[in-house]
Amino acid sequence: MSVKETLGSVLIAGGGIGGIQAALDLANSGYYVYLVEKSPSIGGVMAQLDKTFPTNDCSMCIMSPKLVEVGRHLNIELLTLAEIQGVSGEKGNFEVALFQKARYVDMDKCIACGACTEKCPVKVEDVYNEGLVTRKAIYALYPQAVPLKYSIDADKCLKLTKGKCGICAKKCPAGAINYEDTDKTLAINVGAIILSPGFKAYDPSGKDIYNYDGSPDVVTSLEFERLLSASGPNQGHVVRMSDHGKPKKIAWLQCVGSRDINTCNNAHCSSVCCMYAIKQAIIAKEHDPSLECTIFYMDMRTHGKGFESCYNEAKEKHGIRFVRCRVHSVFGQATGEVGQIIDYLDETTGKVTREIYDIVVLSVGMEISPEVKALAQNMGVALTPGGFAKTDSFNPVATTREGIYVCGALQGPKDIPQSVIEAGSAALSAGASLTTARGTLTRALTPVQENDITGERPRVGVFVCHCGINIGSVVDVPGVRDFAKGLPFVEYVADNLYSCSQDTQDAITKVIKEQKLNRIVVAACSPRTHDPLFQETLLNAGLNKYLFEMVNIRNHNSWVHKDQPLEATIKAQEMVRMAVAKVALFTPLTEAELSIDQNALVIGGGLSGMAAAKALSSQGYHVSIVEKDQTLGGQATHLFTTAKGESIQKGLQELVSDVTRDENIDLFLGAELSEVDGFVGSFHSTITQKEHTTSTTHGVTIIATGATEYQPDEYLYGKDPRVLTGLDLDRKFIAEDPALNTVQSAVFIQCVGSREPGRPYCSRICCTHTVVSALHLKEKNPSMQIFVLYRDIRTYGEREALYQEAREKGVIFIRYSTDDKPVVEDGGEHLTITVTDHVLKRPLAIQADLLTLATAVVPYRDEKLAQFFKVPINDEGFFAEAHVKLAPSNFAVDGVFLCGLAHYPKPVDESIAQAQAAASSATRLLSGKTINTSGNVAAVNPALCSGCGVCEAICPYNAPSLITDGRDAGKARINPVICKGCGACVASCRSGALQLKGFEEGQLMAMIDNI
Amino acid sequence: MSSFEPKIITFLCNWCSYGAADLAGVSRFQYPPNMRIIRVPCSGRISPKMVLAALRKGADGVWISGCHPGDCHYIEGNYYARRKFTLLKEMLEFNGIEPGRLHFSWISSAEGVKFAEVANTVIDEVRQLGPATMFIKKGPEESAA
Repeated sequence: MSVKETLGSVLIAGGGIGGIQAALDLANSGYYVYLVEKSPSIGGVMAQLDKTFPTNDCSMCIMSPKLVEVGRHLNIELLTLAEIQGVSGEKGNFEVALFQKARYVDMDKCIACGACTEKCPVKVEDVYNEGLVTRKAIYALYPQAVPLKYSIDADKCLKLTKGKCGICAKKCPAGAINYEDTDKTLAINVGAIILSPGFKAYDPSGKDIYNYDGSPDVVTSLEFERLLSASGPNQGHVVRMSDHGKPKKIAWLQCVGSRDINTCNNAHCSSVCCMYAIKQAIIAKEHDPSLECTIFYMDMRTHGKGFESCYNEAKEKHGIRFVRCRVHSVFGQATGEVGQIIDYLDETTGKVTREIYDIVVLSVGMEISPEVKALAQNMGVALTPGGFAKTDSFNPVATTREGIYVCGALQGPKDIPQSVIEAGSAALSAGASLTTARGTLTRALTPVQENDITGERPRVGVFVCHCGINIGSVVDVPGVRDFAKGLPFVEYVADNLYSCSQDTQDAITKVIKEQKLNRIVVAACSPRTHDPLFQETLLNAGLNKYLFEMVNIRNHNSWVHKDQPLEATIKAQEMVRMAVAKVALFTPLTEAELSIDQNALVIGGGLSGMAAAKALSSQGYHVSIVEKDQTLGGQATHLFTTAKGESIQKGLQELVSDVTRDENIDLFLGAELSEVDGFVGSFHSTITQKEHTTSTTHGVTIIATGATEYQPDEYLYGKDPRVLTGLDLDRKFIAEDPALNTVQSAVFIQCVGSREPGRPYCSRICCTHTVVSALHLKEKNPSMQIFVLYRDIRTYGEREALYQEAREKGVIFIRYSTDDKPVVEDGGEHLTITVTDHVLKRPLAIQADLLTLATAVVPYRDEKLAQFFKVPINDEGFFAEAHVKLAPSNFAVDGVFLCGLAHYPKPVDESIAQAQAAASSATRLLSGKTINTSGNVAAVNPALCSGCGVCEAICPYNAPSLITDGRDAGKARINPVICKGCGACVASCRSGALQLKGFEEGQLMAMIDNI
Repeated sequence: MSSFEPKIITFLCNWCSYGAADLAGVSRFQYPPNMRIIRVPCSGRISPKMVLAALRKGADGVWISGCHPGDCHYIEGNYYARRKFTLLKEMLEFNGIEPGRLHFSWISSAEGVKFAEVANTVIDEVRQLGPATMFIKKGPEESAA
């Protein structure tokens, strides 16, 4: 048998945010990607969300640039309406059988004008809007969909079911309708497969306890998300669906379809529902401050970065009421009036209390659909009892079948950042298995020749966006367009429904060429999100991408002046006038090209740092690890087992041995950085070990400096040897300390140093760690009495099973509150721990031989490192990533990445996933070999420079320097590669010798002239 | 006077305050349409000349907003901005410009509410002061008269 050739391509099944991120990572590092999506467009659940917690960023706004990037990517092939039927072959060369449903619309011809939908007579439940409204049988999934192409619902279309109608074909101006289209089967050969099919939201219908079938005023959280969304069925106005009345009271019921083995078989915690309920309540209250919002919950699980402070704000600032009670059932009123009855047990009075709510939101959990489970089994991918893919903590995205990887909810219930992290991890793992074939199947763009516009009179094109109804419902878009027509140098104007959609981009490209436009203004949304997209459009049309200006008539206009359409329109016109005046003065800018040094530096030799180094080495790059201790391992050296029961010492030893033997990895132990210079592509660092220093050059840097354990000064810690921290106990487990076998009674106290005023965040790992430790103790001595004193148990995801097991084995969980903390006393033979029992409401004195404090994870707050790489640290002392949702392992500074505890507390599997995600982002840069820096940099006119040196003194990046020899000796110059383009030097130049390209004095003055 | 609607030039740094304005939009926090926003990379980019130009060209007020101290995307540009602005404001007040016409604030990209609040305050204050005419460049005939 011949050995099959390794293929440089990857198939990704599922086009949600995880699949999208994995596709971009792989396609940008030398692999060809097939992105298979079963619906007509990619986007997944994130595209349905209104906002994302905890920052309440607009979900579509942050996602759409990625959607478009996938849609435009040369090395990503979208296969929509398609599903995997079977997989044969093995790692390196799989053959995947796909089934692709007919779209009945020719994607090449469809211009997404919507004429078909307008006249289609068939109304169908709108899946994107969770069935709250109807759409037509011919439809686009959502307005910003990628690909933005219509498709026909074959089950509902009159022509396809009954042979009648045919209106859409008559109305389509492009002749795109094809009723003869047929379903297809395809066979695709790829080197690796990533499964990212996402989750199915729990369906509460058929369960009469929730009254979900009984009343339209009981909605699922996804339905409520659509109600909140400005693009939803009610333009973001929350109403009772029964009578469209304005609600006064809304209740959220947590754990519907999660942590429930009674009405359904979902034992797991869905991890995200607490946070999304808080988010929805905050947004609902922002819409209408008089609204009363109540969240009924079992444990508030706000264990992610920034979550706890969001929870605190919800209580204190937004006045959202939190009631700890699992509500049994929801009833309609016997009188038939609107309003849902909720009976709950009021903990403070101990009485059952009745309240009436206008809307009840069921916070539905995540589950894996039967189809996905069947597919996984068919592919040989093993699942956990809960139906999630089985993975190993040290290899968190590898399934049980070699060469097939997993990310997102199929790996376990999780939020967007964790899905994005796993997507990076899966991309890295898939790529590493195919390095020999890297770049063999990818296509490169022949750059469009840039037209030289020197000397041309400005010919400005102005494109005004309706953004669906986001702008058009307030601002008179055609009026703005016509106003622009009369402005100086404007040669072409148009208005677009969605300027960011792919077909509009293509149309703009065409117009630029046909009309010979040489400056472009787009009046739409924010340049912060959409500048790169339109700049690429300019590039495709042969224009220098800096001949472009965006006018934000949505965020800064229609959205904030919704009751003043006339004034908003005038403002939009004047904003366009300012932009046109500015853009007319633009000149083409050049970008400095920078080659990327192919070495990497990883700071920190803990689990994350080693995993990141190993990941980069597996991609073929040379890595140096700088570790401050004399040994590798970091905090993992003190840890006993993972939540899945794997030995951390065994996994750690394997990793240490891999890293130590790896020829691509240089180790610097007992070392720290003493100096860092340079920037992305070319950092120069000095590593100091005692007296010895080493200089190294590296193109990328990964910060994996970890965190440490809080050393408490309460509960007799340090004063009594029977009081331990979580790590102390693990050290005893590792050492197999015989003293543990004789313990008769053990107590754990949770949240020691976490969720308290000085350290308000949740340390995420301690609840699971305590439960695991309690189970280890029970294993040693099943008759041992164990008490866990907690505030909320946060065993998120499938870790919930451990909590359940602990209770089954007799571990007693007692809740305490911060105003009545447990008291620990030395009672001689025993420790006496007094706590008020939450059920009995009486103080309880526990005699214990062992007290373990679940102490906080404390960041190092490494200001020096932050200064070296110019990266931020948040209030809590953790490094602050570029974007909490979509760039959790990146910094805003190019070429510097982040993973592990330095980012936020996290368990072993999540640390390793993030290390691989950071390595994946680094690989994107390294494999490109060169990057272009921005053209918006400062420049000196030496004829005007007086050589005063103010710029040199002001610049925080050392970009300006005084020329020492030659004709211009004594005058300033700016290194365009170091310059970040802030303009501080420009505003401070006494001689007017400095200009910031793209924000020149004359350009800004032209805007002021045209207010 | 009640019908007077001022025009205010607002300079926002790209990373914090412009983001806050974006967020105010996403959150639909309403404020009156009196501002004309000019996006700059950093508040440190703004030179005093631009403030003077705004007043000369008929703006009734100027508002500059940057990142919070310590949050500057460019490390310290907002400190330079504050220093320049403080001096300029004193000089303009000495020349008779009412203090309420010139505003300076720190607003992070997560503070959509604060953005709308400050916008409302700035607009209200300038509206109460009426039109700014002091620096408006007059034609030769007017000057001669």
